[in-house]
Amino acid sequence: MKILAVVLLAVVVWVVMIFNKLVNLRNQVANAFKQIDVQLKRRYDLIPNLVNSVKGEMKFETATLEKVIQARAAAMSAGSAGNLNELMAKEGMLTQALGKLIALTENYPNLKASESVKALMEELTHTENQIGFSRQFYNDLVTKFNTEQQVFPNNVFAAMMGFSAAALFELPQDSKEREVPKVELAV
Amino acid sequence: MNIYEQQARNRRMTWAVMFVFVVFFLAIGLGFDFFYLRFTPLKTLGYGWNAAGYYDVSAASQPVPFGTIAALLIGLGMAANSMLNGRGMVLRSTLARRAVSADEKERQFLNVVAEMATASGLQPPEAYVVPDQDLNAFATGTSPRNSVIAVTEGLLKSLNREELQAVVAHEMSHIRNYDMRLMTVAAALMGAIALLSDLAGRTMRPRYGSLYGRAVPSRSSSGGRKGGGIAMLLIFIAWLLLVVLAPLISRLLAMAISREREYLADASGAELTRNPLALVSALEKIRNAVTPTYAINNGVAHMCIADPRGSLIEEKMGLAADLFATHPPMEKRILALKVMAYQAERQGRG
Repeated sequence: MKILAVVLLAVVVWVVMIFNKLVNLRNQVANAFKQIDVQLKRRYDLIPNLVNSVKGEMKFETATLEKVIQARAAAMSAGSAGNLNELMAKEGMLTQALGKLIALTENYPNLKASESVKALMEELTHTENQIGFSRQFYNDLVTKFNTEQQVFPNNVFAAMMGFSAAALFELPQDSKEREVPKVELAV
Repeated sequence: MNIYEQQARNRRMTWAVMFVFVVFFLAIGLGFDFFYLRFTPLKTLGYGWNAAGYYDVSAASQPVPFGTIAALLIGLGMAANSMLNGRGMVLRSTLARRAVSADEKERQFLNVVAEMATASGLQPPEAYVVPDQDLNAFATGTSPRNSVIAVTEGLLKSLNREELQAVVAHEMSHIRNYDMRLMTVAAALMGAIALLSDLAGRTMRPRYGSLYGRAVPSRSSSGGRKGGGIAMLLIFIAWLLLVVLAPLISRLLAMAISREREYLADASGAELTRNPLALVSALEKIRNAVTPTYAINNGVAHMCIADPRGSLIEEKMGLAADLFATHPPMEKRILALKVMAYQAERQGRG
């Protein structure tokens, strides 16, 4: 009888430990997702400035500029609708459109020389990187969270205690970012 | 080995190192007590006339190991001091100043630091700039909360954004792995051992003769140690050797950890940026700038991304380089990173 009680107690303590660890991870995942959100908002705020400052010079690229503005509007509405898959798809399009715009500005020496555009470009690169890195961090955490739920003894209780797998922040299949990035090492 | 295993390994190594240092402190302190202050806890008690004029149990040896206590206190004090003030001392000695967002390159540096903090999920460390034209960078602080990443002006000038990111990621990994804390403490303990060894060595000279003859007061009061003459002499010589070699051994130990940490920081820095080749090209540039970093003195060498002395020991891949350098040879670091990039590429394709 005593042995049974001890074993029971050990199991209870053990389940409590699993529960606490999973709760901890779940909150970390939620926090990491908020960080991506913050960076996405920053990008929305940055885009009108950028478009305005390059508009005059890039008269012949109205299609590209138009695409950027549309993609931003689409991503913002998807974000407020709260559908994660939709948001990811739209954000992927926005990233793509912005990437094209940045590549095109390389052809305009006047733009490259302008101090304010240079500052904006740095700001944009920074934001793009922040989005990328916060996504990377989020995905690492999600992987850890999901693995923790799926390993053997934990998987018995995880679903019972109301945990479910979190979604990775992935880019849609056709996204340009999926290609292996080329590293430019020349200065 | 993934990052968690490596962190666990680092922690084990930290404890092992601390253990060796404590053993050194105890050995130097106890030896000093035994040979100079007549601290012999195992001796049987004797009777003698005390000051008041009657028989009493007189402690045959001096009861308190002053030398050991002093050695441990010096070690502890220096370690605590470097933990508390190390950050400020390093920043002052290198004349570092805060990076300002008004300057174009420094804003980029600030941004890169923020990005790497995001990638590692830590608070952004403070960003400092060292006014020196050589290419170097270091991290300091004792925990991720109060850490600092500093780079030289020359580094900001000659690295592009990706390379700067790689260097900052390397420093961020030092912070994430608690390397600065270990290295700060190890450097302080190394200094304490050098100091103690010097003290013990200096105290030795005037009293050298008393070893065999046993000075008059000691013979009358205890007299217990004249029996084992030769054995005592051998033990004394062994202790002397230890005292003389302790600074060297502790230095070799600290350098070994330092090199290990550099490899680890290279690897986990590349894990943060997912771009090992950028660090390769940054290291190539740093290596080609051969002038020593004058603003950074030797005491900070083990915290830098490359040896600030610009010494040729870095470039040799022999026994000396393996034992005495703070950093592994650049060739080996670059090779390790290139292997990493190659593997990542193959995984990406396959």
